[in-house]
Amino acid sequence: MTAKSWALALLPLALLVGLLAWIVKSGPTEALREGVPPVEVLALSRAVLAPGDIRLSVLNDGPDPVTIAQVQVDDAYWAFSQEPAGTLSRLDRAEIHIQYPWVHGETHRVKLVTSTGLTFEHEIAVAVLTPRPSARFLGIFALVGLYVGVIPVALGLLWYPLAGRLSARAMDFLLALTLGLLLFLLVDTLHEGAEIARELPGAYQGLALLALGIGVAYLALEGLGAWLRGRQSALGAALVTSLLVAIGIGLHNFGEGLAIGAAYALGEAALGTLLIVGFTLHNTTEGLAIVAPLARTRVSSTRLLVLGLIGGLPTILGAWLGGFIYSPVFSVLFLGFGAGAIAQVVVQIARGAAGDRSISGYLSGAPAASGLLVGFVLMYATGILVQ
Amino acid sequence: MHSAHHDLGVVGTIDKTIFDPNQYLRAWNFSNLTPAERSRFYREEERTDGTLVRDYEIFAVDREIEIAPGVYFPAWTYNGQVPGPTIRATQGDLVRIRFLNQGSHPHTLHFHGWHHPAMDGSHPDQQVEPGAEFLYEFEADPFGLHLYHCHAVPLKRHIHKGLYGAFIVDPPAATPRPPADEMVMLMNAFDTNFDGDNEVYAVNTAAHFHMAEPIRVELGKLVRIYLVNVTEFDLINSFHLHGMFFKVYRTGTALESHEITDNLMLCQGERAIVEATFRYPGKFMFHAHQSEFAELGWMGLFEAV
Repeated sequence: MTAKSWALALLPLALLVGLLAWIVKSGPTEALREGVPPVEVLALSRAVLAPGDIRLSVLNDGPDPVTIAQVQVDDAYWAFSQEPAGTLSRLDRAEIHIQYPWVHGETHRVKLVTSTGLTFEHEIAVAVLTPRPSARFLGIFALVGLYVGVIPVALGLLWYPLAGRLSARAMDFLLALTLGLLLFLLVDTLHEGAEIARELPGAYQGLALLALGIGVAYLALEGLGAWLRGRQSALGAALVTSLLVAIGIGLHNFGEGLAIGAAYALGEAALGTLLIVGFTLHNTTEGLAIVAPLARTRVSSTRLLVLGLIGGLPTILGAWLGGFIYSPVFSVLFLGFGAGAIAQVVVQIARGAAGDRSISGYLSGAPAASGLLVGFVLMYATGILVQ
Repeated sequence: MHSAHHDLGVVGTIDKTIFDPNQYLRAWNFSNLTPAERSRFYREEERTDGTLVRDYEIFAVDREIEIAPGVYFPAWTYNGQVPGPTIRATQGDLVRIRFLNQGSHPHTLHFHGWHHPAMDGSHPDQQVEPGAEFLYEFEADPFGLHLYHCHAVPLKRHIHKGLYGAFIVDPPAATPRPPADEMVMLMNAFDTNFDGDNEVYAVNTAAHFHMAEPIRVELGKLVRIYLVNVTEFDLINSFHLHGMFFKVYRTGTALESHEITDNLMLCQGERAIVEATFRYPGKFMFHAHQSEFAELGWMGLFEAV
């Protein structure tokens, strides 16, 4: 670019900076809100519980400064300390520390009273000791992840030999079935992501964050696919598809692990037998999705195992992260990654399955249409068990 | 699960230069002011029959008050304080109150007691508009413990925003109550977030104030408490005193007590005179026996010495 082009590009920006400086220094905001009371918004995050001790993180999510004057626990004023002390400006964070004899397994409500008398409440639905990273909890979460993620996916992989014996029509059915499964996961992930996004402080713009995650993952997998296909001599086209499916499912399972770990830490997850059974059934179909694209190729059992681990292991990582340092912001982002990855994989499989046909031509055939439907309904039915 | 130290109660202290609950407790007819200041708001003149004409000046004004340390409430007040100044007369006295409305909404003074309907301060045409004034005039009758409050509509809001005070009518001079250490306690509450539910409860406005500053009383000496319930939103409130029993004079309209208890329940607007004598030295808790109210501010201590 020439110097003139640069000047033309930068001129509006320079004027913008000037305008902003003027608004901040002497702008019309004072006149606009004369007499209007301050808008106070506090967002409270998960409570960390130790014996006789509650810690809450609070974020000023509103436009105006907020001073926390008093704290109620279960409708009683209670001594507390704030770190750092003082008034919270927009997007300032502080930790509220209360020494309170909370009762295991019961519900407690913490209410912050601001200097203007507004109140912001956080419910501790089921009070349990917040897990701290320890061998025991690492073990528990690993076991949970193993049950709901790794083992089911591995079981699904065992359909690989069968897939190789299928006719063309049966292959159409199987791949469409996989599409149905993945479409269900896509809906499921989006649903969960949107739900957590709604609970985020407004400043995080949860839905936009979710969309960002989707976009990043979709484009990253698209790029990864293109790069891998460029080196097809090493990996077959089918294996590339299968790998991408495994990555997509892995990202989805990471999000699922986060949710399970967080629910466990919040005392909300009664990880009973039914739930484990449900997840096992539900996730076994994910293994099928990984092996379906490989039906017409030969793959070593080692590679199959690696694919299974890519799809299943992230559940354990997610459970660890969710259990120890649960952050709804990361949850939304990772659920977005999961959704984006699955969306990309759906497109990928549809292209591959269609072959010479158009995608709509392939899907309108009886085997594919029924497979799509059966896959979605299968996930829906097993999903009932884990809701 | 227990650790060593758990503290119930509000954190910090209120600014007593704005409103001092200690002063309010034992003040009536503006006795807390200097003589010069007092004469602006209260004058008395004896009549030939020995009764008094008592002239008051009460003004309504919007004011932010501190109801718990650091928690400010946009109150409507009489003379800038909540509860409003305690009015005290003897049965048969003429009470004349010049009421000026300096607030932002129409207000009135509505007294409990015998009076002509024109002095009731409750009818639609009796609302005193902002900037206007009205002279209330009535005989103090009957003796007892009454109250006054704003009767402009909406009633709930006008009362819970702070427009109320105690109105004590003493028995005629021939049959006085025995001498005592007297104090006024208004059980009140504040809905700070305007959701129809109170966030702060107290006697005399400041949550948990007398936990930090106990009320000093003398061992063996009669203590008389003028107790009024002006709590809004909750149907009843109560007064419970630890380690002793007290005499109750409901509405204070008789000189004999018919009830000895340690826990007294009062409906909204109900009041009673309570008489207690401390037998043992030390600190005695008093609070609403609704534990929720107690933990939200309506709790204090007597210290008998």
